[in-house]
Amino acid sequence: MRSLFKFHGGIHPASNKAQSNQKPITQAALPSRLVIPLHQHVGNSAKPIVEAGQHVLKGQIIGAPEGHVSSAVHAPTSGLITAIDMQKVAHPSAIPDLCITLIPDGNDEWIAREPCDDWQAVAHTDLRHRLRDAGVVGLGGAAFPSDMKLYSHKHQIKTLVLNGAECEPYITCDDLLMRERAAEILQGAEIMRALLYAEEVLIGIEDNKPEAIAAMRSAILDGKHQNMEVVSVPTIYPGGGAKQLIRVLTGIEVAAGVRSTNLGVQCFNVGTAYSTWRAIRHGEALISRIVTVTGNVGQPQNFEALLGTPVNELVAQAGPLPDTHGYIMGGPMMGIRLPSAEVGVIKATNCLIAMSDKLFPPALPALPCIRCTRCVDVCPAELQPQELFWFAQSKNLLKAQEYHLFDCIECGACSYVCPSNIPLVEYYRFAKSEIWAQETSKKAADAARERHEYRELRIEREKQEKADKLAAKEKAALEAKALKSAAPLPPAGEGANVSLCDAPVDADPENTMQLKIQAAIDHAKQQAAVSKPENTEHLTPQQQAEIAMIEARRARIRELALSSADEHTDGHGNT
Amino acid sequence: MFSALLVMAAIAIALGAVLGFAAIKFHVEGNPLVEKIDAVLPQTQCGQCGYPGCKPYATAIAEGAADINLCPPGGEEGIHKLADLLGVDFKPFGGDTAPKPKAVAFIDENNCIGCTLCIQACPVDAIAGAAKQMHTIIAAECTGCELCVAPCPVDCIDMVEIEENISNWKWKYPVYPLRPAA
Repeated sequence: MRSLFKFHGGIHPASNKAQSNQKPITQAALPSRLVIPLHQHVGNSAKPIVEAGQHVLKGQIIGAPEGHVSSAVHAPTSGLITAIDMQKVAHPSAIPDLCITLIPDGNDEWIAREPCDDWQAVAHTDLRHRLRDAGVVGLGGAAFPSDMKLYSHKHQIKTLVLNGAECEPYITCDDLLMRERAAEILQGAEIMRALLYAEEVLIGIEDNKPEAIAAMRSAILDGKHQNMEVVSVPTIYPGGGAKQLIRVLTGIEVAAGVRSTNLGVQCFNVGTAYSTWRAIRHGEALISRIVTVTGNVGQPQNFEALLGTPVNELVAQAGPLPDTHGYIMGGPMMGIRLPSAEVGVIKATNCLIAMSDKLFPPALPALPCIRCTRCVDVCPAELQPQELFWFAQSKNLLKAQEYHLFDCIECGACSYVCPSNIPLVEYYRFAKSEIWAQETSKKAADAARERHEYRELRIEREKQEKADKLAAKEKAALEAKALKSAAPLPPAGEGANVSLCDAPVDADPENTMQLKIQAAIDHAKQQAAVSKPENTEHLTPQQQAEIAMIEARRARIRELALSSADEHTDGHGNT
Repeated sequence: MFSALLVMAAIAIALGAVLGFAAIKFHVEGNPLVEKIDAVLPQTQCGQCGYPGCKPYATAIAEGAADINLCPPGGEEGIHKLADLLGVDFKPFGGDTAPKPKAVAFIDENNCIGCTLCIQACPVDAIAGAAKQMHTIIAAECTGCELCVAPCPVDCIDMVEIEENISNWKWKYPVYPLRPAA
């Protein structure tokens, strides 16, 4: 028996899992339309590469990954793209984001897939590229691109942790997935283990899921997987948090801002392992996921739903009760209120809970904090939630950071036990996003300062260069003048023969320049003497008369110019 | 008595030499307070404070020549930070100086005549273009200072407010009544 470790605090909320884990996973009916957001993952939004009116096949990339941290988005079924526009998405802000609307044609026709029988023969870089192109992201809720997490040097990572703890109340999607598709999860884990060069695989499952534990254990035996162990961990919220599960299984504590890989551990959700296997072995992109539909519905159960399925169409298949007044995506502890029932299922949608006043009575009014420190007792990150609340409430962000605000995993255990009903996590979220915004503007200000200073420097430099150039020119002119008065130029006849080669090599550069200029002038004169006006023969009398007129005019102008020049020199001489 | 005087004098000379050496060796170029103030300012280089850029304004504050409430892009938060840094009281914006929502300049490329006047006005080189070529704003570098708007002879530059989107959205300050409304 493996000895387990404990993390601080934790709570035991009513699990409410029995409602939805009795039925097997049901294939959700093909919806009337799919609303697929292009930003379903951590990192840059995917770039749409299809157009409205285009017909796409199942599994075809419709959003290409953009930048380093990003993931692809695919058409979940074959059909017609009808719009690429801003629509409401599953985000607490209720701000619209870019979505692709797809009307299924009902044929469910796959694009050509690239299955891989022997993934061990494929280079690791190629495997990671396949995962990126298949849009595989963490399915535990964070939706971080998995290819980014599956990179490691040899001997860096000892343990790969598969997270099947599923500690939040109501959610049973991982439970059902492990019960029904254990073998494929383990195959995916083998790929992950190879990519990370990890030695052992530990699969943490809370002990309130005995069926899943049994299924996974027998799958390990059947598949003859070496160095792989299912560990039954005590049921306590938030035992399914990555940091908490790593702590329980290995005793390693991961601080904020530290990567667990630097401590020799990497953690993935069991659903991610399953999708990894489907993507590599069968060449199937991530286009569907298991979603628990529960709460205020007649038949709570798990569906395998296409990404983009509108929430109301999915919930309709579980028989929503009439007093439903909203939906939570995720669990009741950490989930978010959906801004609309029309939004599409995304990669992070593990659970949809229909809300009613009976199940989720409106929050009681908050009372002042009495500093009872019950929140301190339950905080899994060993923080001082009452102090953090105080600092966040007074917008003393620096102090909040000093009290390790960013170690908070927003599990909500503190709010759950608070006798004053203070929505503590909302204060922490506010403080965190405020700090992030300040850091962003600080970075922008620093960049602006640098650009401004560089610009000043450049203007100064250009000014200096201009002044230097002018000074050099003036100096050259002065020297040339001095030279001219000292040594008069050779007569034109001789100058015509002077070429570059004849110029004295040891001559002063100013002198050489003068010679060159003189040579060029003489050359031009010679050219002018040689060339004759063309078309001067067979002229009509009229043309001849015109030429004569022009010549006369030119002569007059020459005379005028000469006389005015004389006047000018005269005038000049008089002063 | 004489030896004691000698010893004291020797110590004084030695310490004086050390201090003199330190003054040269650890000499600080410029006023460090100016740098600190400059670090708090938003670096829009907009000149709304009446000084030609953030650094001159920081210098003026350090010299006591300027008030701390002259920087609208910094917002009230900026005034708070300056007050904390300088150990003075917070002072709200006076008169018609008020912070505006963040914006970036936008050039209507149909009307741009390629005169380069805005390029010369931009304090952070955030406008790309050349003489008789179309100009465009590099939005990521634009600080929203509005200095390019006035010089444009054909009025083709507008300030466009930055809208709230999923990436720049912030969790709001929780507002809950402490007591149930009776």
